[in-house]
Amino acid sequence: MSAKIILEKRHNASPMMRYLSPLLAIGLTVIAGGLIFLAMGQPPLKALYLYFIDPLTSIWSLQELVVKASPLILIGCGLAVAFRANIWNIGAEGQLLIGALFGSSIPILFGDWQSPLALVCMLLLGALGGALFGAIPALLKNRFRVNEILTSLMLVYVAQLLLDWMVRGPWRDPHGYNFPKSVSFEGWHQLPIIIGNGRVHMGIILVILAVVILYWMMTKTIKGFEIRVIGGAPRAGAFAGFSQTRMVWFCLLLSGALAGLAGIIEVAGPVGQLQPSISPNYGFTAIIVAFLGRLNSIGVMMAGLLLAVSYLGGEGVQIELGISDKTTHVFQGMLLFFILMCDTLIYYRLRLLSSMPKLTQGGSLP
Amino acid sequence: MTGLEAFVLTVITASTPFLLAAIGELVVERSGVLNLGVEGMMVMGAVCGFGAAHLTGSPWLGVLAAILAGAAMALLFGFLTQILITNQVATGLSITLLGLGLSGLIGSNLVGLPGEKMQPLNVFGLNEMPILGTLVFGQDPLVYISILLTLGVAYFLYRTRAGLIVRAVGQSHQSAHSLGYKVIAVRLSCIVFGGCCAGLAGAYLSLSYTPQWIENMTAGRGWIALALVVFSTWMPGRLAIGAYLFGTVWILGLYAQAWGIGIPSQFLSSLPYLATIVALILISTNRRLSVVNTPASLGQGFVPDR
Repeated sequence: MSAKIILEKRHNASPMMRYLSPLLAIGLTVIAGGLIFLAMGQPPLKALYLYFIDPLTSIWSLQELVVKASPLILIGCGLAVAFRANIWNIGAEGQLLIGALFGSSIPILFGDWQSPLALVCMLLLGALGGALFGAIPALLKNRFRVNEILTSLMLVYVAQLLLDWMVRGPWRDPHGYNFPKSVSFEGWHQLPIIIGNGRVHMGIILVILAVVILYWMMTKTIKGFEIRVIGGAPRAGAFAGFSQTRMVWFCLLLSGALAGLAGIIEVAGPVGQLQPSISPNYGFTAIIVAFLGRLNSIGVMMAGLLLAVSYLGGEGVQIELGISDKTTHVFQGMLLFFILMCDTLIYYRLRLLSSMPKLTQGGSLP
Repeated sequence: MTGLEAFVLTVITASTPFLLAAIGELVVERSGVLNLGVEGMMVMGAVCGFGAAHLTGSPWLGVLAAILAGAAMALLFGFLTQILITNQVATGLSITLLGLGLSGLIGSNLVGLPGEKMQPLNVFGLNEMPILGTLVFGQDPLVYISILLTLGVAYFLYRTRAGLIVRAVGQSHQSAHSLGYKVIAVRLSCIVFGGCCAGLAGAYLSLSYTPQWIENMTAGRGWIALALVVFSTWMPGRLAIGAYLFGTVWILGLYAQAWGIGIPSQFLSSLPYLATIVALILISTNRRLSVVNTPASLGQGFVPDR
């Protein structure tokens, strides 16, 4: 008699596993990460310490953590809403870049306009740019039924090339010794720092605001209900009179606007000018943040902080141990993989089966 | 060699990775599975192929390593989506993100090293034949393999019993299951085949197209291959035409830069991505083509009754 493990469907989704699964996934990622470090001939425990714990031990790195988590959380909570409605915007990276371009038009074209209003306009333009870029896959999905996954992803490449052209061409700093960079943003074209002379900027307030508003929207408003119904049971949504077309617009504009806002916050904050690379794949990492945060904006906030650790940890092991900082993307990819794997336990339980003698031995129909 | 001949040659080299990756994904989707991990499997193929060829000095061992790497990534995808019944879109994305990350890490010591270029064949010694000699008989082995694979897949899907089963599983996994076919085993085999093809496409990039390792050298080709499968309406013949169309667009951008017409290079480089969107619009507006051929259970997980 041999035994085998099978998956057995639970009668109800397990609420406990919904919250345990991310922790399990983090544990598996840490173990797999240790094995990778070992395979690279590095001391695994020391490397893991430098990767996950060391970034949390100094004021400087904690501030840096918040700065890196901000765009991840902002984009992630927008994506969480879209994914809830089963709308797969995977082009947030492109929307981020276009938001950064739109918002930067003020310091670059109207450099003399120094007023708090200029900063507000930059932020609004950033959100507008992201929303407009998110509107393209929405239009194509609604008008021509083109799948939004491929179009939003293709537009990322287009946005990257557009940004590259702008900073090498029309928007290059004329006094910048031919470097592909725009003018540096000064005064009211930068987000004010809120803690002493550190790195944490005003953007964090917008991030918290977005988290709270979206949490309220998803739990307390009819819109949130609509999103959950359309995502969970599209037919029920249709019978209830919820419009799938409007939902596509809503989700892509919202997640696009938030990604665009993250983009302008990056350039008006830590980056300080336009340059060919302004985001270390925040738009893609935010997809992981959304899943790890259980598609819920409070969860996204915690997940964003954790993923920010992966950026700092990657830099940390590069400096201390000379390991390529590509480990960051490996850890991020593994994390998403393990979350999806562990999420199976929400709907299924593992069961040990000992094989029973077949009842219908040789009893097949003629 | 005339200018036209040179142009056609470059078009063939640019089209082959599209064709290789897309023909694999076509079989996967015909079995009802949507694997968005093509880009990740392809880039893993590129880095492992390059690394193995560099270590052993043999491009063919590189090809083998690339196929194995693609298959390994595909197995991860298959394990999650078929055994653990995870969401296929999210799992595919995770394979792509993981592949891009892992390839960067594996390849961090391979950047800038000289590669092993796969030598072109000289079929029947007819390479020197005038006009069509090099074009028809003097290609890279992988070019012939890509065309044979396409013919093989077309034959398999429409002329063999196993191909019929694959299509049945893709149309309705419930019915196929009721008839006694092993839905999960069929799908897993298709997924692994798709991974092998994606790995091969990656090997073509790093062993033949540009024999070196550059980070993210697939540059979205895996995603374009996914769009090609939609564009082909899941038909191998149309897929080959589509792959060559996209190869042409890819090359036209490079040629236009060389001709120095006054368009910034970035706009020309974005042509393939914009062309992909246009192609998707064109095919999606044609409801007859796109609806009739779409595998009916595409992207849905299958849970057998126990």
